[in-house]
Amino acid sequence: MTEAVFRADPPDARRCVVLADGVTVVYHRPSGLTHILAPPAPEVLAAMSEGDADTGTLIARLERDHDLSGTDDLRGTLTARLVELETAGLVWRP
Amino acid sequence: MKHEFRVTVGPVGFRIGSDWKQPLDRMRRLYQGYPVPDIPDFTVRLFAQRPWRKIIRPSVTIGGDYMLPDAQPMALAHGLLAAEMGMNLQMALGQRRYLVLHASAVERDGKALLMTGESGAGKSTLSALLGERGWRFMGDEFALVDLENGAIHAFPRMVSLKNEAVALFEAQPDRLGPIMHITPKGTIRHLRPPEDAIARMEESARPAMLLFPRFGFEPAVREMGEAEVFVRLTQASTNYVALGEAGYDALTTLVRSVPTRAIDYPDTERAVEAVERLWADLG
Repeated sequence: MTEAVFRADPPDARRCVVLADGVTVVYHRPSGLTHILAPPAPEVLAAMSEGDADTGTLIARLERDHDLSGTDDLRGTLTARLVELETAGLVWRP
Repeated sequence: MKHEFRVTVGPVGFRIGSDWKQPLDRMRRLYQGYPVPDIPDFTVRLFAQRPWRKIIRPSVTIGGDYMLPDAQPMALAHGLLAAEMGMNLQMALGQRRYLVLHASAVERDGKALLMTGESGAGKSTLSALLGERGWRFMGDEFALVDLENGAIHAFPRMVSLKNEAVALFEAQPDRLGPIMHITPKGTIRHLRPPEDAIARMEESARPAMLLFPRFGFEPAVREMGEAEVFVRLTQASTNYVALGEAGYDALTTLVRSVPTRAIDYPDTERAVEAVERLWADLG
């Protein structure tokens, strides 16, 4: 079975402010909605901005930029975050 | 309309038209000395839905530039409250120049203390009390956040004293409006702000502390995470969504720059003590 491919807006489609407690407040320009994201959702969103990606491609991008050693069930975690971001309208399936 | 009254509150000009003279006479008395706008920002209309309702069991419907379609008419005896509600409604639905926070505000040394929370939390009473005790009263209902520089603009309309709070100011009858029983918010009496609050209402202030007071609980002070503060302020703002990115900028800047605490208090005296203590530590 092929993995679902997701797409996100380019980085200039949103504004991000990281608050002191570690969550990121995202203003999504195309929709005018504000989202509050906990890690690793902001990192996933940033990695998705490079272009369409399935979970495998996303893992490769994240491993390039972040130290993910010791993360349990990375694939499952990222798939769950992608589904949440899809529900929020920040990523979608092209 | 048959009767008209104009008033400027903070940076906002209002025109209030009415089918009846009485509510506007009461406003003229309480708002005496406030500036009069040439071109108002908002219009409020107090009108009878049917011609005979001007006279027979007169009932006041609130209208204006912005209206709530299902608003119930109010008794003429509550006409002053209807006018105030109409003004609030214009601000809540129509204001685009400032981020409107449902919060009270007082100022000292050019720095503003904001107090927000649910209805009945005591933010209005607390701001009125502080306004009598060395602080400049900036407003009991709305704090206006400047979208360019984050400053707080005053909106010192009449203070809406509710229920138990009415008794706190009975010694100053010249500043009080008529007592109104059985209104949608219980017993209400309007209080004219202190004279310095009116004279200095064009002065903005830098936000320096934000409190979420809660009346009727044992004294306690709790720190709040920025995410919780942000979410609660989006709920406390009447126009955050409408302002789009400008509102996002103003609110994230406010949340990241201002120390915030939740305070519980059993009575107003203890609340004033807690505010003074926190202000000395954080303000």
